[in-house]
Amino acid sequence: MRRYRIRKDDSCVSCLRCVSECSFGAITASENRTLVFHHDKCVDCQRCVSFCPAGAIYITEDENRFRENSVFRKDDISEIILQAETGGVLLSSMGAREKNIPVYFDRMLLNASQVTNPSIDPLREPMETAVFIGQRPEKIQRDKEGRLINNLPPHLELKTPILFAAMSYGAISLNVHKALAAAAEELGTYWNTGEGGLHESLYPYKENTIVQVASGRFGVHETYLNTAAAIEIKIGQGAKPGIGGHLTGRKIIGDVSRTRMVPEGLDAISPAPHHDIYSIEDLAQLVMSIKEATHYRKPVMVKVAAVHNIAPIASGIARSGADIISIDGYRGGTGAAPKRIRDNVGIPIEFAIAAVDQRLREEKIRDRVSIIASGGIRNSADTVKAIALGADAVSIGTAALCALGCHICASCHTGRCAWGIATQDPELTKRLDPEKGAKRLVNLMNAWTREIKEIMGGMGINSIEALRGNRMALRGVALNEKELEILGIRYAGE
Amino acid sequence: MKVVDIRKDGIDGIRKHENEEISVTGCLGERYIGCGMKNGIMHIAGTPGNAIASYLDGGSIYVDGNVQDAAADTMNAGLLAVNGSAGDALAYGMRGGRVYIRGDAGYRAGVHMKAYVDRKSILVIGGRTGSFLGEYLAGGIIIVLNLDERKDITGYFCGNGMYAGTIYLRTQCPPVNLSDKLITRNVGKEEMESVIRPLVTDFASVFSLSAAKCLEGRFMAVEADKSKSYSQLYAAV
Ligand code: SF4
Ligand code: SF4
Repeated sequence: MRRYRIRKDDSCVSCLRCVSECSFGAITASENRTLVFHHDKCVDCQRCVSFCPAGAIYITEDENRFRENSVFRKDDISEIILQAETGGVLLSSMGAREKNIPVYFDRMLLNASQVTNPSIDPLREPMETAVFIGQRPEKIQRDKEGRLINNLPPHLELKTPILFAAMSYGAISLNVHKALAAAAEELGTYWNTGEGGLHESLYPYKENTIVQVASGRFGVHETYLNTAAAIEIKIGQGAKPGIGGHLTGRKIIGDVSRTRMVPEGLDAISPAPHHDIYSIEDLAQLVMSIKEATHYRKPVMVKVAAVHNIAPIASGIARSGADIISIDGYRGGTGAAPKRIRDNVGIPIEFAIAAVDQRLREEKIRDRVSIIASGGIRNSADTVKAIALGADAVSIGTAALCALGCHICASCHTGRCAWGIATQDPELTKRLDPEKGAKRLVNLMNAWTREIKEIMGGMGINSIEALRGNRMALRGVALNEKELEILGIRYAGE
Repeated sequence: MKVVDIRKDGIDGIRKHENEEISVTGCLGERYIGCGMKNGIMHIAGTPGNAIASYLDGGSIYVDGNVQDAAADTMNAGLLAVNGSAGDALAYGMRGGRVYIRGDAGYRAGVHMKAYVDRKSILVIGGRTGSFLGEYLAGGIIIVLNLDERKDITGYFCGNGMYAGTIYLRTQCPPVNLSDKLITRNVGKEEMESVIRPLVTDFASVFSLSAAKCLEGRFMAVEADKSKSYSQLYAAV
């Protein structure tokens, strides 16, 4: 299926760097050092473009495309042809690309102070971006002498309201995990192992590590649970709600196989259902068994995809004893997902945050859980908007990978990531230096945190926790009444 | 041997003796007994509740009666030996060690069990099992003996989605509605001696059964058909 066309201009110096950089076999060289372009293999990862010393390479959409009509777009036609040839379920990766579903963050605008309630200068005044995630005690208790009883359940302290989202070892390389772990430690936040277990070399980062327990239980054991600041039970993810994981055998080699305890080279299946969870009571049992195994010292999170009934689902999770609900929206990324699921199932995170926050407040159980939102958080403004809608914090996956070089080519499922991220090929994984990667992640987060402080200062708010669920800080544009109602915000000008 | 009355001392009372051999009495549905235990030997009288031996990391737990659901959940090492029967979701995601059930197991036993090179999770069931036995098996060995010779050694969907490991059934009839991604074969003499006999002999000795009787008759193996990988279902875009 040809989607892109590779070209070069006269400035090409025939260094053949593009040949060695392209891991998809889209550029080869003939014996006399002439470049040969295999356009059908190109995935538009832009690696060759970035590394061409002469700036001579261009990747463009192939102009020889199917003729579209008002219903059938070019992808529709090419996918029909592919399925007619293979009989296969379409597999892709990264987040939903469906352009007709609005990014609602772009339809919300933030407030700022003018004249009254003056803004605060973050360069001069202290601005608090730290958040505490976990259950909050229902009441303050004192002993007979009036001393405060410390009844604070275990919680996580984030210096900035952004975590790194769950991405599994296997789906991504160990070097990416190293970069995320080191950055989380430096930033005072948390990274998340995803469902593929934790490599022993990362045990020293335990104070900043969230470990995941998914249906396949890959890499889960007592030491794993206790080598973490928190444990996340993964029920679903935004890119593929209701669908489990499928890790291609190509990525299951060496330490990935050992850490997951699945045989090398065989496709690993981790279906969506936990076969021991069929009710909130069953979920509560898993939550409590993890708490038991970790001596009630660590918060337990439950991650779900944002789906139609997310509000009552979240209410059930809050009552299961979980400390944190992680909600992953429609645009969340993935290392591999059936394309039809990725693009057609779930709801945007913006609606999910608002609906869940509202429901938990109405049921007076909002303080029993914290909410972490993810699925398409692209920048500091999205972060602030998510918090104003009702999230305690956000987590970022795709944005973090972009900081490490990802160009969102959506080819993670092939295992050939040219940027050394979504691959286990040692020749490719060494392209990512974990130390440099960590530095880039730290830079990104520091930049966002600075921007968050500026936005907060502009609103006259000096603590991010004061913004949580403060929907008066938002106004909508290009939204209908129903959308405004669910988001719980007013229209711009109101 | 120290005796712990769980109704008086609770789970914490058991924890205090983690490296010792203890007898736990009075069990009446208490959950999470032996959760994350690393050492020691525990003899349990009564009926423990769900999730016994979850994340078990070593040591041995012997149960006189039945265990309920989610026993040996994500167990990593050690032994859980149950003289009675087990409820649903037995040995879910088990990574290592041995689980021996003298009686029957409910639905979804051995789902997602694993192995890595020499490290194998072992599940031996003396009776029969419910449906979904060994679904998504990623490794390890499940043996079902059906010692009481009842009809249908296991229920529906045995081994669905499994991609490694082996389910041995003491029967000559393949389970009903087996997935077309699985194969069955009769177990030969060599495999019988090298794999099944040592495990069943150990199982029999724990419950003072006759190993010879447990090994009587033919065994059938259920395994993934490696020629049918799951990636064949997909077309990458
Ligand atoms: S696949 Fe990537 S590296 Fe290869 S030609 Fe296309 S854009 Fe360049
Ligand atoms: S991680 Fe690699 S393969 Fe996946 S989208 Fe990014 S650049 Fe492409």
